[in-house]
Amino acid sequence: MAEGPFAPGSLVRVLDLPVKGHMRTPTYVRGHQGYVERLQGRFPDPEARAYGSSGLPPKALYLVRFRQKDLWPQYKGDAADTIAVDIFEHWLSPAGEGTGVRHGA
Amino acid sequence: MHDMGGMPAGPVERDEHDPSFAERRVDALMMLMMSPAVGLFNVDEMRRTIESLPPDIYQRHDYYERWLYTIERLLVEKGVLKQAEIDARVAELEKQGG
Amino acid sequence: MAHDRDHGDHHHPHPHQKDHPVRVWERRESAIRSLLIEKGFLSAEQIHRKIEEWDHKSFAQGARVVAHAWANPAYEARLLADANAATAELGIDTTGPKIVALKNTAKLHHLVVCTLCSCYPRMLLGLPPAWYKSAEYRSRAVSEPRQVLAEFGTMLPPDTELRVVDSTADCRYLVLPRRPAGTEGWDEAKLAHLVSRDSMIGVAPALPAGSLLPA
Repeated sequence: MAEGPFAPGSLVRVLDLPVKGHMRTPTYVRGHQGYVERLQGRFPDPEARAYGSSGLPPKALYLVRFRQKDLWPQYKGDAADTIAVDIFEHWLSPAGEGTGVRHGA
Repeated sequence: MHDMGGMPAGPVERDEHDPSFAERRVDALMMLMMSPAVGLFNVDEMRRTIESLPPDIYQRHDYYERWLYTIERLLVEKGVLKQAEIDARVAELEKQGG
Repeated sequence: MAHDRDHGDHHHPHPHQKDHPVRVWERRESAIRSLLIEKGFLSAEQIHRKIEEWDHKSFAQGARVVAHAWANPAYEARLLADANAATAELGIDTTGPKIVALKNTAKLHHLVVCTLCSCYPRMLLGLPPAWYKSAEYRSRAVSEPRQVLAEFGTMLPPDTELRVVDSTADCRYLVLPRRPAGTEGWDEAKLAHLVSRDSMIGVAPALPAGSLLPA
């Protein structure tokens, strides 16, 4: 299956879109950078389906991995701890090269 | 309100209660509403509706009560049932003491 | 825990004692259900069958999948690549959402949550426990996962990365817990007994080999 806009391992940033109404991108990842783990597939857009439309054409859904210490200032676990979230392609933009310490994809 | 990740909260209570019969009926109703056989609404419409519950109602009601409220709202929104007829039936059942 | 239904309706005053709160809610459910049946949108039989169907589902299916993966490395690889296809091999119907299996190792432990509602791999684990749907779990599993694990009595070995997975969209996640030590040569039925529901959510490891009563 074609990868869509983002290859696994690429660095992405979660947009903070001014969506009113239904969305499935949690607040706690908005504005943050993470790595694409994998493409989960293409699915009808839930934001459109929530209001009765078909949500087609399907949009690419990516599992994106973040470092916990990037998301939570008070995070008390291990520095290596991560969190992975399923995010639709239109919520992601490519993040610049060299914008932070990389960890293994 | 529903977008809860990272909100402050207390310890997780290890609530393992089996759903009551009424709760299982609501669960069945939810599944059927979304099923191809009945197909009255989809899961995203359900989520959108539960998310639009006023915060105080969201907090005050239990899980299955919120979903029942959601089903009711969607049925009325889609013109499947009228609010007045639901309320009338509730009043009838009240009078019967059921 | 209040059960009043607030639609802006007023409650009719009753001469006798106020209704037991649970009956108010149940009455509303009865009203809606009876109207839907009368108007032909569904039948009492359909509801009954659906309740029965879910009464009979438990985490046993998930435990079978995990035990089979433990016993068959090739199956485990297929499960990790395409869990819907792999679970279908065992006769499990997963024509619903995409299922993704997450393998725990010595270096990586997974914990599953749905912060936005309470999505759960129901076809494999049955109905989710009440705590999984609670505000406390949904809020803190992402931001304080190690503390939440500690509340379940789970401490991870040193140098283990904890990866929380928030099922925000169309995927449902099944954790493959690590196979307990001392289970070499066990048959799958016996292995399945060690696979707890909590281990497939990720709040606990699988049960230890010694936890089964001697035959």
